[in-house]
Order: sequence, then C-alpha cells, then structure tokens
Amino acid sequence: MISPRRSGLPLIEVLVQSSTFAVRDALDRFLTALAPLCLDIEEYTAVEMVLAEALNNIVEHAYSSVPNSGPIRITGDHHHDGLHIHIVDEGVAMPDSKLPIGLAPAVNLDIPDLPEGGFGWFLIKDIAKDVVYARVGHENQLKLRVAVALHA
Amino acid sequence: MEVSVETEGDICVVTICGTRIDAAVALAFKETMRGVIEDSAGDIVLDLERVTFIDSSGLGALVATYKLLTPERGLVLVGMTPAVMKVFELTRMDTIFRMYPTRTEALNAIVARAL
Repeated sequence: MISPRRSGLPLIEVLVQSSTFAVRDALDRFLTALAPLCLDIEEYTAVEMVLAEALNNIVEHAYSSVPNSGPIRITGDHHHDGLHIHIVDEGVAMPDSKLPIGLAPAVNLDIPDLPEGGFGWFLIKDIAKDVVYARVGHENQLKLRVAVALHA
Repeated sequence: MEVSVETEGDICVVTICGTRIDAAVALAFKETMRGVIEDSAGDIVLDLERVTFIDSSGLGALVATYKLLTPERGLVLVGMTPAVMKVFELTRMDTIFRMYPTRTEALNAIVARAL
C-alpha cells in the first residue's frame, strides 16, 4: 500500500494532549511542517479538513469520558502517492472497533429536519484514501492517505 | 465569539471576526447568533469573508442558526472563501443556504424579495 519512494519532506511528528483547542494547535503545527510540499489551496484544505475531523472525533469521542484527556500522536510521511497520515490515541475504542461507513447525511429535507452533525466521517472518507482503523492494545490507530503533492 | 453587527432597517449584517468556525468555537458561535437573533427582527446576512476554515461542528452551528430563524426569517451567507465553499459543496449544504458573493448583492436581493 505504501509506495517505496519518499520525497524530501522530513517525517512530521506532532504530539498534543487532547482538548478542543489542542486540535487547532496540532493542525497549525502539522500544516506548517508541510510547507516544503508547496500545496495549493485545495490540497491544503483537503489535508486540514481530514485532519481536523479525525482529531475532533478523538477529542469528542475517544477522550470524551473517563480521564477526559490523553495523548494524540500524529505522523505525516510524504510518498509519491500523497501524504500518509497516522494518528494514534489512547482513548476508548471506536464502536465495535470498526470505522463508521461515513455515508453523506441527507440534506434534501425540510429545514427543521436538517442534520447538525454526522458530517465528520463522511468528509474523511470522501477526501482521504485507504482509511484504515485498528484497535491495538490500548491504542486507536487510524491510517489514511490524502492524495496531495503527487510526484513532488 | 467575536462578531460585528450592523443593521440596515430590519436587516442585520453579522460579520465573523475570527478566521475559523471550528469545534473550538461552534458552541460559542451558536450562542452568539442566538443573541443576535433575539435582538433583531428581520433577515440576517452572515458575512464569512474572513473565515478561512469551517469544520463539521461549525457547519452544524450554521444549520442550527438557520433553524432558529426559519420559517419567518431568512439567513443569507456572503463572502464564502474557497475552503468554506468546499465544505458546503461536499456536504451539499450549498443547495440549502442562500449565498451571494458580496453583502451588497445580498442586501439588494433581500430588499427586492420584500417588495
């Protein structure tokens, strides 16, 4: 699945303690480190959206109960098929230890019935490729690829 | 959440001062908009010109704001930046919200509808 050749981008590693504002901090650090890839606005947005939704899920669900916080480790590695992102947390597992399908919420509804949530996994699955989740020991491990800076 | 509120007759123009409507501020945004809605009577024009990022929580807060206003009052979005527009297109929310490039066009459209 991972292409053999890597570009010149150094491996990105960001570690934060889960909190709502930690997501902003992590995004800022991760996206700043992507500068050498010279992403265009669409590519930048794609990475930011996928990462933001994945991190929000961790803060809101994996760490929503018991200790309320814990580490989130994000690594980014650029290959010729895009940016491979690996996110690890020590919160509670996904329901049934499986990824949600991430169907697009219906919007052809009357205004009072419009969805106010449920877009997160849809956006992740829609934008990212090769989204894989595993519960390993006490860790949630999410791997995905965003097809940006191809052949860079 | 910092917003700037201007009025033009019954119409209220709300400009988001921050650059992000994300999970960190979605609740505060909803509460701020609830206050604006209570203190005004007409349609609301929401100027998103400075907003360069919105996530699903922020989108949910916009939908919640829309619901608070309907059916009597309208919500119109202006100044959509490319990243914000992208989220609306992917979630098909661009088919739900009324959007105009600029606040002048939005105000003209609201006035024309009221005539």
